[in-house]
Amino acid sequence: MTDVTITVNGREMKGSVENRTLLVQFLREHLGLTGTHVGCDTSQCGACVVHLDGKAVKSCTMLAVQASGSSVTTIEGIAEGQELHPVQAAFREHHGLQCGYCTPGMIMTAVDMINRHGSSLDEETVREELDGNICRCTGYHNIVKAILSAAGAAQPQAVAAE
Amino acid sequence: MGVEGIGAKVLRKEDRRFITGRGRYVDDMSVPGMKYAAFVRSPYAHAKINGLDTSAAEGMPGVIGILNGQQLQGDGIGNLICGWAVSSKDGTPMKMGAWPALASQTVRHVGQAVAIVVAETQAQARDAAEAVMVDYEELPVVTKAVEALKDGAPQLHPEAPGNLIFDWELGDRAATDEAFSKAAHVTRLHIHNNRLVPNPMEPRAALGHYDPAEDHYTCWTTSQNPHVARLVMSAFYNVAPEHKLRIIAPDVGGGFGSKIYIYPEEIVCLWASKRTGVPVKWTSDRSEAFLTDAHGRDHETDVEMALDADNKILALRVETVANLGAYMSLFSSATPTYLYATLLSGQYDIPAIHANVKAVYTNTVPVDAYRGAGRPEATYVVERTMETAARELGISPAEFRRKNFIRSFPHQTPVIMAYDAGDFDATLNAGMEAADVAGFDARREEARSRGKLRGLGMSCYIEACGIAPSKAVGSLGAGVGLWESAEVRVNPVGTIEILTGSHSHGQGHETTFSQLVAERFGLPVDNVQVIHGDTDKVQFGMGTYGSRSGAVGMSAIHKALDKVEAKAKKIAAHLLEADEGDIVIENGEVKVAGTDKKLGWHEVCLGAYTGHNLPDGMEPGLKEGAFYDPTNFTFPAGCYICEVEVDPETGTTQIIQFVAADDFGRVINPMIVDGQVHGGLAQGIGQALLEGTHYDDAGQLLTASYMDYAMPRAWDLPMFKVSTHETLCPGNPLGMKGCGEAGAIGSPPAVINAITDAIGNNELTMPATPEKVWKALSAVE
Repeated sequence: MTDVTITVNGREMKGSVENRTLLVQFLREHLGLTGTHVGCDTSQCGACVVHLDGKAVKSCTMLAVQASGSSVTTIEGIAEGQELHPVQAAFREHHGLQCGYCTPGMIMTAVDMINRHGSSLDEETVREELDGNICRCTGYHNIVKAILSAAGAAQPQAVAAE
Repeated sequence: MGVEGIGAKVLRKEDRRFITGRGRYVDDMSVPGMKYAAFVRSPYAHAKINGLDTSAAEGMPGVIGILNGQQLQGDGIGNLICGWAVSSKDGTPMKMGAWPALASQTVRHVGQAVAIVVAETQAQARDAAEAVMVDYEELPVVTKAVEALKDGAPQLHPEAPGNLIFDWELGDRAATDEAFSKAAHVTRLHIHNNRLVPNPMEPRAALGHYDPAEDHYTCWTTSQNPHVARLVMSAFYNVAPEHKLRIIAPDVGGGFGSKIYIYPEEIVCLWASKRTGVPVKWTSDRSEAFLTDAHGRDHETDVEMALDADNKILALRVETVANLGAYMSLFSSATPTYLYATLLSGQYDIPAIHANVKAVYTNTVPVDAYRGAGRPEATYVVERTMETAARELGISPAEFRRKNFIRSFPHQTPVIMAYDAGDFDATLNAGMEAADVAGFDARREEARSRGKLRGLGMSCYIEACGIAPSKAVGSLGAGVGLWESAEVRVNPVGTIEILTGSHSHGQGHETTFSQLVAERFGLPVDNVQVIHGDTDKVQFGMGTYGSRSGAVGMSAIHKALDKVEAKAKKIAAHLLEADEGDIVIENGEVKVAGTDKKLGWHEVCLGAYTGHNLPDGMEPGLKEGAFYDPTNFTFPAGCYICEVEVDPETGTTQIIQFVAADDFGRVINPMIVDGQVHGGLAQGIGQALLEGTHYDDAGQLLTASYMDYAMPRAWDLPMFKVSTHETLCPGNPLGMKGCGEAGAIGSPPAVINAITDAIGNNELTMPATPEKVWKALSAVE
């Protein structure tokens, strides 16, 4: 067992974990933050994406002990009280989710994408950068719209005509 | 329509919890004292079990108990069943092999469970499961259905000689043969419908909790139909009596059919909870999901279409071999029969059809209904054949379809279905306009100038939703009725709870069902709570699959609302001293038409509960229920047009444009309906271009992870152009048809028709990977 200290959503959290404990297991099982999901076991689906020191990472692909001393933001930590984060609001406004299972990872990926690209995002870049996030419900159409909208970027032509 | 009524784009009520990470899925649940399970699974596709040694595993850290199939059988837990009886054409019943929840003698596919380990942590359970030693004696393996039918093939079940489950037929063979004898032209195709893995993003999970004080069982499970799970687990598997078993399906992260069935794991977790005395949770990982979730499709079909000299279809002849895997899953028999061959008439007036289906056991994961369930397979057969025939005859595919469209309704097909309404010209016209088919030749030339090959393909699908009525499906072999129930509870303050037997796992029921109340009473959707997925709360229900929650589930709510409205009007008429026929309810007010006399909705509701001033003889309260059994299937239909560009150097296909023009009958929430179409298209395009399931000769699943099974990613798909065109369904009070599966049903043939158009070679199987497209292209050059 190893002691870890991780700042999660702004609060310092301490725990004692088996060395093999993944960051996602620490978040879900030790801290009860079940918004971060596990959808595969090969780091492909992105349901587990959180921010580690401000950057999107797959929390199923890193050990909790590796994250010790870092700051982690999860889906539970991005809204300001009752006020949704703009990306959360955009996913709702554009129906960018159905079953909701991939959604936390999608939103955390999108926030990171928008942080890096801002309003210069375009459809091609969004689709390319969603390579590590799988959604089985939406066909990505409304996710792309939601991300472009939250970024303040132009919508694709086919959509603008809707 | 009000701002939140029928037809309004209302943002989803359920979204807030999902976008803030507060959804509650089964793996998010925990109860005091809960422990974790891991299953010991067969690494062989076919083997005899000669022994099971748990001694090393039992001593490992954290292990609480290890249970096996003999103990399960000893406790009287029954075998899994298929709930739809299909007979062969000679009248013999289907041949169902025994499927124990834990195998004790023989394993018949890689991944089949043979034991469960319960331990303090998930990691400890998995460690111990790996230390359980099973003595397997390997047996010969067959994974392809056509091979399994051959003489000398490995035999799976003693109950099913030759691995043949049934040899079934539908339609008039003699009339079909007669029509073929007069044909001016016959189009022939061999069609492979590729095996798919449904892959909802939430893996299956089960938390079984036995309470010895009450002798009561609770199971949280990833189910599309919790009441059916309770019924089957009690009536057939002897897990617990129905009144002592509570099934809760909370937020469920997608299903697509794969979460209809009752799987070994939930049965075993409940049983293991009683045996070990602790609540037991099992969560599938993705590798287990590939090896145990029911797969979809996997048909081999020979089709022939007979045409007269005027290009009218005379007859269709279809021979299909359906791979059902190692065991018969819950609805596996219905999918390649009554959900498949009954749709072979497509949108066309075909005088004679004959279909023959052989269902076959193989050493693969059981196959059952996956988004569309039989109708994608039928649509692929019909629409690939239509396109091929048009090309052979040298006429426009659109005009060929138009020439054969059914235009008068009701229309009785030769394969059971009576289409009640539709306008196939309308969706074809809408699709062709949206796709700018007229401008395609110019686009093709432009692409050619860049060295690229453009193709255009269409698909005019029809499907059948809301399987019913119960009497009819019962006569065809269904083990259950296919009605739906609803209860509308009006609270004394006027807010409303809708309890429904439908189950939402992404479809947005909490929003659309609330819109019925907004439409009816003018109340805000926020004043409505939709409750589903808990057998202790909802009396009974048949669940959500086959796009039935609108046409069947919402019709039940509509009927219950009728009763609530009638009683509320009686109370209001009494209180306002008016005639009941003059009472109208709108914008949350109950008024006497043509006067200024009115009451607030909440005042009528409170009056119902105080009982201080009700009409003589009226019971207090305002709560009504209804069971709704439809009079017919519903028939969504539409036209999908796909435009692709193929790179002849690499064989890579890019979808330039995808148009969907659908007729779903009445649309309640267009935003949600469009979303259902987008998702269905992604799965259909995935089948056509990317998704393939491969076994090696030893029965090992080679595509058992997201590294190997190509799920559609954002990069693979275009923005979709979707639209709806309503003809109302006469069979239910809301005129709804259903929209959940159409995208997956209609799109695969549109994609393959487009690629084969682009490359000038009709010989192409799904998934049309770059390698296959490149080879097909090389064959014509």
